[in-house]
Amino acid sequence: MDIATHVFSALYQFGDAFAFLVLSACGLAVIFGMMGVINLAHGEFIMCGAYVTAATVHAGLPLPLGIVAGTIVSALVGVLVELAVIRHLYDRPLDTIVATWGLSLIATQGTLIMVGSTMAGVGTPFGSFQVGDYSYSIYRIVLFCAALGVLAGLYALFNWTRFGVLARATIQVPHMAAALGVDTRLVYSLTFACGAGLAGLAGGLYAPTMTLVPTMGATFIMEAFVTVVIGGADVFLGTAPAGAVLAVVKSVMTSWQGQLFGQIGLLVAVIIVVRVLPKGISGFVLRERT
Amino acid sequence: MSKSVLRGLRAAALTGTLVLGSPLQSALAAENPIKLGVLEDQSGDFAAATIGKVHAIQLAADEINKAGGIMGRPLELVPYDTQSDNTRYQEFMRRVLQRDKVDVVFAGFSSASREAYRPIVDQFNGFAFYNNQYEGGVCDGHMIVTGAVPEQQFSTLIPYMMEKYGKNVYTLAADYNFGQISAEWVRKIVKENGGKMAGEEFIPLGVSQFSQSIQNIQKAKPDFVVTLLVGTAQASYYEQAASANVNLPMASSVNVGQGYEHKRFKPPSLKDMYVTTNYIEEIDSPKSKEFYAKFKAKFPSEPYVNQEAENSYLAVYLYKQMVERAKSTKREDIRKVIALGDVCMDAPEGKVCIDPKSQHMSHTIYLAKVGADHAISFPKTWEDIKPYWLGEAGCDLTKKDPMAQYTPSNPPPKP
Repeated sequence: MDIATHVFSALYQFGDAFAFLVLSACGLAVIFGMMGVINLAHGEFIMCGAYVTAATVHAGLPLPLGIVAGTIVSALVGVLVELAVIRHLYDRPLDTIVATWGLSLIATQGTLIMVGSTMAGVGTPFGSFQVGDYSYSIYRIVLFCAALGVLAGLYALFNWTRFGVLARATIQVPHMAAALGVDTRLVYSLTFACGAGLAGLAGGLYAPTMTLVPTMGATFIMEAFVTVVIGGADVFLGTAPAGAVLAVVKSVMTSWQGQLFGQIGLLVAVIIVVRVLPKGISGFVLRERT
Repeated sequence: MSKSVLRGLRAAALTGTLVLGSPLQSALAAENPIKLGVLEDQSGDFAAATIGKVHAIQLAADEINKAGGIMGRPLELVPYDTQSDNTRYQEFMRRVLQRDKVDVVFAGFSSASREAYRPIVDQFNGFAFYNNQYEGGVCDGHMIVTGAVPEQQFSTLIPYMMEKYGKNVYTLAADYNFGQISAEWVRKIVKENGGKMAGEEFIPLGVSQFSQSIQNIQKAKPDFVVTLLVGTAQASYYEQAASANVNLPMASSVNVGQGYEHKRFKPPSLKDMYVTTNYIEEIDSPKSKEFYAKFKAKFPSEPYVNQEAENSYLAVYLYKQMVERAKSTKREDIRKVIALGDVCMDAPEGKVCIDPKSQHMSHTIYLAKVGADHAISFPKTWEDIKPYWLGEAGCDLTKKDPMAQYTPSNPPPKP
């Protein structure tokens, strides 16, 4: 087996781990980074996106439209949750943890009761390709590109659009933004919806590759929180580099010693980073800059 | 949704009281019911495979109560949702034994849960049925196991696969007692048959991403893969392996027969999966068809009638037979009946008998093959395979009750 095969396989595994970390974490990072809300129902927004995607595909829609539908429905559910629960708890950050945890229990158990214990999968599109001795799934490359696309899209949204400017103003000094005529409540709602929609997008993208069950969100949660904790409060300076660092740790450890060591590696990386950089990678970068 | 509904739902979710309606409790309000505790996972990672067990127990209890109960006493179910959580098993096992004072408990899916509650059954001198296939070796007079064990599932499956596909075997197993001990059995049987382990990997429960494991398998170039993956998260392997075109035959003791993966995933991701199971709904015999029809009549929306549902169903009837023959619900009286060695019944799978030495059960083992369109065929059937390993290794519950679990590398101490 030649060097190129090894290099490609390492890159593929890195890209695969990177995509999973970034896509799981983006929604959580937006909600935590922009609003300071720790959303324990994040996994259930992912589940919502996956279920809606699968349901619409079963109903006859093509997969890309199904993923869009999953994203939109999750974002709408996000708006409702923000209006009904989160809005009343902005000055009580610890209570939002309990409230969103409660929501996640309700969502998991409610789905189990109403939709049943499993849902039929939709099948992974595109097939596979061969490099050297190994064959790879093409869809995994699509997921990697989607992760890069999401990061680029978020960057554009928050830096180049009017909504992005208003959102950043609201997050930095809410009173001043309100005094200047920004509808801060609307901005909060939309930001939360954006985070929920990103979670739904992750669910929709991974729906074809996974078991569809009410508890599926839980399998994303550890990776999502680890990435956000390491990344810190900023989506671009935090989530993206954290995803890259963790993807290297995870893919190297997993190929060396198996899945268990991949998970151990992730958690050890968190302990080290939290000890050395309490505010995460983005906190470190921002402090250097000022 | 109003606040009170939300609160109710949340309370129900937290306390696990959302049990599926059991009308028989009101139907027969007789004086002195026989109480059967049901501790199964009705939510959480294992729920897909285990809700059917609860339904099977309800079906059997209904039938028995309609036919006059057990010795004229109605059978009353005391169900709790253990939420795929080992600590819930311990909590609810204490509750059914101490507060509800049940006569017998049917409990458990994962081996981790069983080993979590078994010391409590022993401590409070209870009586429990474990109606699930597992890694074998439990030699405990307080337990009756109706599920299949490795000498029934692997001693049949692995030699068949090695003959058909080759002698290089790769094991991909869940990383807890079930997966570790089952992998030990696979290793032992592969070696005995002159084969070689191309590799082994243990996957923590709850892992759902398998790209690297898939590559490890391709690197090892096995002739077939033994998949001992447990829980719905790990089931994502099949879809991901199929999309990476791994295209290796698979052998398993847990798939299809428990989690009906061939129904949940889009064909052909489970193509060439071979499973040894003592029951699945596709089995084409009059007894099986009759059981399936009764099940569907009572639970029309049941997604699949699996192996563990049948184990649970026949366990209720076995319990009835033993109580009626012992004329008592006391464990020691019932064990005297078991010691006679003729506790048998015609189950949906075929004839089954309880082995007095190990209190495990003989089974008809069906080799199920999943086709490219996910249709099931049965290339081979083994009738009356006995759970012989424990007895041969030295476990004899008619003489001594060590209340322990043994493995090939840790057999019972020689007398």
